Amino acid sequence: MSDQPLLRAQGVRKSFGSVEVLKGIDLEVRQGQVVSLIGASGSGKTTFLRCVNLLEEHDAGDILLDGEPIGYRVENGRRRRLSETRVSAQRARIGMVFQQFNLFPHLTAEENVMLGLTKVLGKGKAEAREIAGHWLGRVGLEARRAHYPYQLSGGQQQRVAIARAVAMEPRLLLFDEVTSALDPELVAEVLGVMQQLAGSGMTMLVVSHEMLFVRDVSHHVVFMDGGRVAQAGPPAEVFDRPDSDRLRGFLGRFHGMFGGVRH
Amino acid sequence: MIQYYFDWSVITRNAGALGEALLLGLGLALVSLAIGTVIGLAAAYARLSCRPWLSWPVWAYVEFIRCMPLLLLIFFVYFGLPEFNISWFDKTQSFILTLSLYAGAYMSEVFRAGLGSMPKQYVEAAKAIGLRPWQRQRYVVLPVMFRITLPAISNNLISLFKDTSLAAAIAVPELTFVARRINADTFRVMEVWLSVSALYLITAYTIATLLRLVERRYASIR
Amino acid sequence: MLDFSMTPGAFGFEAWQSRWSILSGVGVTVASSGLTIVIATVLGILFGIALSYGWWWLRLAIRLYVDVMRGIPVLVLILFTYYGLALFGINVPAFWAGVIALSGFATAHIAETLRGAVQSVPQGQMEAGKAIGLRFAQRLRYVILPQAVRRMLPPWVNTCLEIVKGTTLLSVIGVVELLLASQQIMARNYLIVDFYLLATLLYLIINFAIAQIGGVLERRFSYLRY
Repeated sequence: MSDQPLLRAQGVRKSFGSVEVLKGIDLEVRQGQVVSLIGASGSGKTTFLRCVNLLEEHDAGDILLDGEPIGYRVENGRRRRLSETRVSAQRARIGMVFQQFNLFPHLTAEENVMLGLTKVLGKGKAEAREIAGHWLGRVGLEARRAHYPYQLSGGQQQRVAIARAVAMEPRLLLFDEVTSALDPELVAEVLGVMQQLAGSGMTMLVVSHEMLFVRDVSHHVVFMDGGRVAQAGPPAEVFDRPDSDRLRGFLGRFHGMFGGVRH
Repeated sequence: MIQYYFDWSVITRNAGALGEALLLGLGLALVSLAIGTVIGLAAAYARLSCRPWLSWPVWAYVEFIRCMPLLLLIFFVYFGLPEFNISWFDKTQSFILTLSLYAGAYMSEVFRAGLGSMPKQYVEAAKAIGLRPWQRQRYVVLPVMFRITLPAISNNLISLFKDTSLAAAIAVPELTFVARRINADTFRVMEVWLSVSALYLITAYTIATLLRLVERRYASIR
Repeated sequence: MLDFSMTPGAFGFEAWQSRWSILSGVGVTVASSGLTIVIATVLGILFGIALSYGWWWLRLAIRLYVDVMRGIPVLVLILFTYYGLALFGINVPAFWAGVIALSGFATAHIAETLRGAVQSVPQGQMEAGKAIGLRFAQRLRYVILPQAVRRMLPPWVNTCLEIVKGTTLLSVIGVVELLLASQQIMARNYLIVDFYLLATLLYLIINFAIAQIGGVLERRFSYLRY
């Protein structure tokens, strides 16, 4: 593992109007790591994730991918926004999976995966179709490649969305509460795919309320509270030795869920 | 570019005639809307009826009007009815008849949508307090529906007002007709048509604003 | 009325006599409608995109244009264009003056329809496009427009019907389209009701055909469900 982290956030701040949602976030993700963000809703996890993919623009601080600042370049000590083309190129190196799937409803599962491959990476149709087929197979949906999103269940749609993101061979994959919109019985199939991805060495930054999954899969867990990082460390440390009442309180809500599996 | 010298005296000299013509157009639109509302309401109930001999002819009437150019309808009524020895009306009455038939079809679609989107609980509540069927319609369904459909009705009024310009084709002296006459007399093209366009525009947006105020008064129902 | 026999003065005979006038009227109606539909659809989509994503001054200018066009009767637009162009020595035939005026009116309607359709595409679609690295033009072309066009199809068909009906107004500036052609025939044979009925039937056929085409297009896009 190289010394330089794949993703480094330094003092990231973000306000919506007069409400400061991120009050200086420092965070590192190393190559091949799975880092999970946990915390109550409104703690800023999702906003931070959206800043990493430039869906929101952070007001201050730096987000560096491979040492290169995201969204801005610094010129004579002043921040200047990058051009649309540069921003798009940076986004293409970071994949994202959304809570609401956001599959393109006018395209089939296969075409959803192919769109970025052909239009952004400039691959030929045949090659793109082959790659799409490969990844749809990896998420167990080879047989559904010609289906439109409305013909798929929520869990299947989310797996297609994951295939769409992974097929771009991103350096980093972001997951924004990807199981929150799913019926309970469909959660497992999506988490299964994510676990498999983590096992294959994909670098992932995950916002999730699935504490069992976070605990099992993460290398590093970050507890966010009120727009700050309150505690961070390996899952064993964060889950078993919470160092604040807030974290204890937060984890307490999931305690019933742990009870059954803990040994 | 060709020079054009504006001479607005054409407009000031004819201000009275233009004003009268504008009011006539507004009057035509309002009368047609009133008659069209009655027709539309009857048609909407007939259309929603489960008796095919009632709903089917109304469907045909609405679709026919929607595919029929208004100008053709105006000529048809004005020149065609006398062929059947029906000639008690003058050109203004003939136009009102046409525009009302036209408005009736569009209003029936508005009311049909309004009746269709009527929340069930209102009718059920009315049943629960023991109102008879016609009382339920009179005191609950119709008042609610009028509030729901008010935006669509005001859109229709503006459309009808713009449609009164077609009365010029059978020489009803409304705004467009008077404008053409002044245009032919003086050939002050820009002054005439700019003024007339502005008059239509201002009137249309005044109607829209006034009706939005009315809508806001009744905004208690969503 | 509607005597189909082939004796002079009967509808059957007179209709056969005037078949070429009627057909040429239909031709002019179809041509002016078709041209207007094409021009207004292309311009309307461009204006609608500008209305949704343009710089503020562009949005303001187009907003103004759309609202003005929607507040003035089409007949006034046609007369203004016809007399106005002549005034500035721009010598266009009445047919083209009419097509220009109708297009100006229909463009405003289609632009507004497209803006509404674009707005109704969920925000997440734009974000998903961003997330896979599509540039703005690509997001528009491959993600937003295909969905917006599907949503604007029914109101677009309505606008097309309005355009066909609007071409009758060209008769006022002397374009011999179907309505004026029919009236010229009536002036010769006084079969007023018969020929108005014929014209009505022909308009119904044209509009029915457009509605059918609209239905076919809607079915082709039927995969776009939510």
